[in-house]
Amino acid sequence: MIAVLIALLTALLILVGAGFALVAAIGINRLPDVYTRMHAASKAGTVGSGLMLLAVALHAGDLSTLARALAGFFFFVLTAPISAHLLAMAAHKMGYPLHEQSVRDDLNDHQN
Amino acid sequence: MTTYILSLVFAVVWVAVTGSGTLHNLIFGFALSTLSLWIVREQMSARGYWRRMGRILSLLVLFFKELALSAWKVAVLVMSPRMELKPGIFAYPLTVDRDFEITLLANLITLTPGTLSVDVSADRKTLFVHAIDCSDPEATKRDIATGFERKIMEAFR
Repeated sequence: MIAVLIALLTALLILVGAGFALVAAIGINRLPDVYTRMHAASKAGTVGSGLMLLAVALHAGDLSTLARALAGFFFFVLTAPISAHLLAMAAHKMGYPLHEQSVRDDLNDHQN
Repeated sequence: MTTYILSLVFAVVWVAVTGSGTLHNLIFGFALSTLSLWIVREQMSARGYWRRMGRILSLLVLFFKELALSAWKVAVLVMSPRMELKPGIFAYPLTVDRDFEITLLANLITLTPGTLSVDVSADRKTLFVHAIDCSDPEATKRDIATGFERKIMEAFR
């Protein structure tokens, strides 16, 4: 009974995690410029991989795997925003324009 | 009591680092962390350590809530057939001034709904934040100031 429950929960976590990863990928394709794309990559991507790591931990059902999966999630949360931030900053420094729907750019006003 | 809980957390971290999940290793890790906590016992009780621990935990809870919400919002936005975007970069005046706190705030902002930190001004007084919906930047600024920034101040000063 418990084994079935754990299997179901694992399957659910993998499905939802994969769903978020898919949404992140679709977002990178559909969103108009590099800055908005970073939103999809950093958020949905992190949650997707986090849920799948959790599924691995649950499926293995042993403490050392659980702890490592949690550590993996922790480092994901630590590094994903930094890479998104660096990519956005580098793009802006190189003068990559915001999409034309954009309403304001305080950073541009600040630099000029 | 809290010392035991912390020892237990450290023991789990020890198990993760050494990569062997046996009972012996867990007990060994527990003994090690109890010993280390005993060595630093005076520094920990001296400066309201436990109260601070509670505030860091509350920051963590807020973070996970916002992260889940943010992934959900991105998902809804991406899957909607007609994307109504009003993106833009707004300047956020920083109240926190230490490097560590600015880094933490910038990371938290990136992982929360609709915002992404892009740059910090050279004088470290302004954070430039890209918002996917920049129609009301004043409200977003208020949310950050009363949410994460206030909690960071409470947890680390």
